Amino acid sequence: MRGLIFKRLLDLAGVLLGVSILVFLMIRLIPGDAAQVMLGASGDASEAQVQQLREKLGLNDPLPVQYLRWVGNMAQGDFGVSIWTGKPVMDDIAQRIGVTAELTFLSLLLAVVFSIPAGALMAYFRGSVSDVVMRVITITGVTMPAFWLGALLIFGWAIWFPNWQTLGSIPPFSEDPWSHLQRMFLPTLTCALPVIASLARIMRSAMIDALGQDYIRTARSKGLDEWTVTFKHALRNSLIPFVTALGIMAGYLFSGAIVVEQVYAIPGLGRLMLGAIADRNYPLIQTSILVVTCAFVVINAVIDLLYRVIDKRAGASA
Amino acid sequence: MIGRWLDSVGRDFVRNPILMLALTLVLLQVLVSVFANVIAPHDPVAQAVEARMAPPSSEFLLGTDKLGRDVLSRIIHGYRSSLGIAFSAVSVALLLGGSLGIWAGYKGGWIDRVVMRFADVLFAFPIILLAIGVIAILGTNTASTVVAIAVVYSPIFARLMRAPTLVLRNTDYVVAARSFGAGDLRIIVQHIMPNLMSVILVQASLSLSTAILLEASLSFLGIGAQPPAPSLGRMLSEGRDYMFMAPWASLFSGLAILLASLGFNLLGDGLRDRLDPRLRGID
Repeated sequence: MRGLIFKRLLDLAGVLLGVSILVFLMIRLIPGDAAQVMLGASGDASEAQVQQLREKLGLNDPLPVQYLRWVGNMAQGDFGVSIWTGKPVMDDIAQRIGVTAELTFLSLLLAVVFSIPAGALMAYFRGSVSDVVMRVITITGVTMPAFWLGALLIFGWAIWFPNWQTLGSIPPFSEDPWSHLQRMFLPTLTCALPVIASLARIMRSAMIDALGQDYIRTARSKGLDEWTVTFKHALRNSLIPFVTALGIMAGYLFSGAIVVEQVYAIPGLGRLMLGAIADRNYPLIQTSILVVTCAFVVINAVIDLLYRVIDKRAGASA
Repeated sequence: MIGRWLDSVGRDFVRNPILMLALTLVLLQVLVSVFANVIAPHDPVAQAVEARMAPPSSEFLLGTDKLGRDVLSRIIHGYRSSLGIAFSAVSVALLLGGSLGIWAGYKGGWIDRVVMRFADVLFAFPIILLAIGVIAILGTNTASTVVAIAVVYSPIFARLMRAPTLVLRNTDYVVAARSFGAGDLRIIVQHIMPNLMSVILVQASLSLSTAILLEASLSFLGIGAQPPAPSLGRMLSEGRDYMFMAPWASLFSGLAILLASLGFNLLGDGLRDRLDPRLRGID
């Protein structure tokens, strides 16, 4: 077990190193002179200004020196400053990331709550006709463009619930919990729906796999009814592949949240990053990508490890 | 051999309604995008000032947008752009990621480790952040959208090609071919690749489905193909501004994205069942 944990930590360190190198190289991969590009391609920046920015970003030093300095600064809490306002980029990110993270988390919660019973029911009612119908419905759900669904929901809500505000920034939970949750409802639903369809399909195949195992035959031969066999015995064992899929889905939901934020005009991380692309504010884009990716890598690794510690069988096969 | 394989697939399409539906959808959409110039009833950028936000009618089958442009013609040209970008990106990813995966699996050792660690690193990024990163570097235009999507899908193909190659390189017939003096390239092309065809077909189709959605998301966010290039995602985004006066612009462009993505997903799903029942449930 200790060997396994050590190996996982080593893998984790390797991935984090790789991610940081790629993100570091971002500015250096910009075709042409990065400093020139950031100050605007129009060419109204003077040579002295370009030189100054290049100096400030440390672009004149050898790459390994630049990388080590960049990592060293971050270790001391310095994630760089916006090239336009001079404010630390971390301040902006910290201010905006909350709503995006919340949207990701709530959608994941909603997806789990709905997809487990949906997938289990689909496995229970498996059969030629209902299977074909469910398959087309879930695949339609998977391929539903979230931004379209969002636009339709906003349109529908304006007609059915004219008093329900759907657009704009959301009041903090601490100030007005009810209206906060009410405002989060539609974006969460929009984000979660394609993932519910996806997870339900995974759950269904995992259930059908589990239903083919020997212990299910034993349970059936004991005279247990099909309902108990499906929802008690098979369900529990289907959760293993389901949990594995959750990690991937969390990243997918975050990507969805960035898009859904735009649909509902929520000022979250997505809006911040899109603004930064337009402004060529590279330090901000770089830090946002790095922070979020590292957070996902670490969370996934921790969950994976916990899961292996708890589930002896998965640990043994690793 | 390929003829017989095609024959059995052909018979299966008739028996399998989902596959049939999927194939029809995909073929129809490919035809629409190839012959966009011929099919589109109007010029997609021509503005009929007197008919701004006109509802669907016999002249404008799906209505017009804020500037009086025909929604149907814009969707038809949008198809061409969306499918074109998705096809190019997935092809690049397949060629680049796929070859690297086969090479890694075939060679093993440190090459395998380096290629797969690199794939792991790319996998660690949430999709949208990887795409945003690439676009931030290359600028917002059609070419960088293709590169961004290709970067997202390359590691998927690399992983997918590597695993079966690892098994295949030790099969008796590959060992036999090698003992007869066949070179690496010959073994890969003649003995390994044919065994990967079904995996490639299924994954390419499923990837096209999600690549279409990713392209639409990027152009919806305003960082995909830029005007005047037609784009389904941007049409939807622009249409939201006047959703309550002329919902058709947003409504139909979104439906078009859904149908494009749905067609390829159903096709991939059906092919997966048909070609390898063991692959079911791997999403």
